[in-house]
Amino acid sequence: MSHTSLTTTPVDAQGAGGGGALPRGRRFGAETVFRGAATAAGSMVLVIIVAIAIFLIVKAIPSLRADHESFFTYQQWFADSSPAKFGIAAIAFGTVLTSALALLMAVPVALGIALCLTHYAHRRVASVLGFFVDLLAAVPSVVFGLWGRDYFYRPVSDFAKWLHDNFGWIPLFGSNGPYGRSILLGSIVLAIMVLPIVTSLSREVFLQTPTQNEEAALALGATKWEMIRTAVLPYGRPGIIAAVMLGLGRALGETIALALTLGAVYNVSFDLLGPGGNTIAANIALKFGEANPTGRSALIASGLVLFAITLVVNMTARAIVYRRREFTGGAA
Amino acid sequence: MAKRIEAVNVSAYYGSFRAIDNITMAIEPKSVTALIGPSGCGKSTFLRSINRMHEVLPGAKVGGQLLIDGQNIYDRDIDVTAVRRMIGMVFQRPNPFPTMSIYENVVAGLRLNGVRKKSLLDAACEKALRGANLWNEVKDRLNRPGAGLSGGQQQRLCIARTIAVEPQVVLMDEPCSALDPISTLAIEDLIAELKNEYTIVIVTHNMQQAARVSDRTGFFSIDKTGEPGRLIEYDDTAKIFTNPSVKRTEDYITGRFG
Repeated sequence: MSHTSLTTTPVDAQGAGGGGALPRGRRFGAETVFRGAATAAGSMVLVIIVAIAIFLIVKAIPSLRADHESFFTYQQWFADSSPAKFGIAAIAFGTVLTSALALLMAVPVALGIALCLTHYAHRRVASVLGFFVDLLAAVPSVVFGLWGRDYFYRPVSDFAKWLHDNFGWIPLFGSNGPYGRSILLGSIVLAIMVLPIVTSLSREVFLQTPTQNEEAALALGATKWEMIRTAVLPYGRPGIIAAVMLGLGRALGETIALALTLGAVYNVSFDLLGPGGNTIAANIALKFGEANPTGRSALIASGLVLFAITLVVNMTARAIVYRRREFTGGAA
Repeated sequence: MAKRIEAVNVSAYYGSFRAIDNITMAIEPKSVTALIGPSGCGKSTFLRSINRMHEVLPGAKVGGQLLIDGQNIYDRDIDVTAVRRMIGMVFQRPNPFPTMSIYENVVAGLRLNGVRKKSLLDAACEKALRGANLWNEVKDRLNRPGAGLSGGQQQRLCIARTIAVEPQVVLMDEPCSALDPISTLAIEDLIAELKNEYTIVIVTHNMQQAARVSDRTGFFSIDKTGEPGRLIEYDDTAKIFTNPSVKRTEDYITGRFG
């Protein structure tokens, strides 16, 4: 028996243009305008980034010249005194530490919520829960800051005491009080603020998983969790990384909530429980009002460092995604 | 390694809509059974109820009994993942895991079963790829992405992934409908070989294909849209295609279906 025999039907070769010669090329005015507009919009991003970088560098130089200490290793911040003595070490360290701790706490929970919303919860429950997650994102950061400073510090202090009593032998939990505005408090508040962003984005990512891949895993005898591990998480990997990066971007730049919940102490310390912690953004918010010209320039220099940290973090994330591009299945 | 399947009054629902009604048929081990019929007649739904994949869809339910060597897979205390490990499935569109290499795709099912030993995985991978007639084409690039193969190769990769866990039954849901004629021929040849070890049930829209590959053929149809699909006739393939005993079967296979 032969395979399907195919007969070709003649297609109308004339097409819509009729029998005449091919029409001459036309100028598409709208095409040109739109292409120009899109290109301009795209270039604008570059222009803005470069403008910000130039602004930061130019404004930072005077204070760096005036600094009587090493900018990168000195921990204190006496930018307004004369001679000016200030360094980025403590606040850059504090920025990275609080953000890292916040992500460490927020990302697993966010991924859990997103998986629950997309794969476990009943559709109606999921939509209600999703609404509350989005609502959490709408709370202004100053409100989180006040809440953390005036109310939430109490349970966190109890938790800090418990951590010290039980795990005090770990240097991170070495402080025996007083417990209040600490790196722990700041990073928990920050985690709560980052949570909705990472959750909403990873929920969108998980919804993109092709049904056929999920079914392939189930048909191999995977349980739901195994299916998620085999099909959903690997497929969503680039998207999860992007979601985490956006969360990290918010965490690194978060200002007022941390200005209110951290201890504003200038030292490089892994003590999470005692009074302490400071970040570049919080330091700018706290100092900018009464800063003299050199002080302002010094704060701008710290902003330049924050800009650089964010840039490095984003480029690292891109590199991670790019390295696995052949295995992303078009999700990248 | 092949099991007898017996469907007894199997009905399947999407919410309150009854998609198939009271299907009763026996499928013999180490044979190829083709399910044919017009679109929407429930043949794919029936196929998916054989390995309990129908119920994956929200609101989908199955009634009746489906016996594999006498045991009802819809019994309350049956582990559904064990059923699916025993009854593998190849889908209409090739669906290798896009994030995995060729090798990882083939051994995905074994990893789910907890096989960790590299030597066992390597051996199973080669065996499954040989079984799917793909080994010679991919043996030098096992760590390349599975999604980078051609459509026909991807479908054979999916077949390799399915047989790597050594199921008893292989279900195929229009496995060639997204493939070109050469790839289709390769899959059909493969089905003829797999028949020696597995019980195979294949849904196809292509009647020549059903005639070429199957031993027995079941014809499904619906009275009109909104009605459930029913099994109209089930017999040896030769008889269905030369001398069907039901007028509707004859109308369908001769193209007079209305």
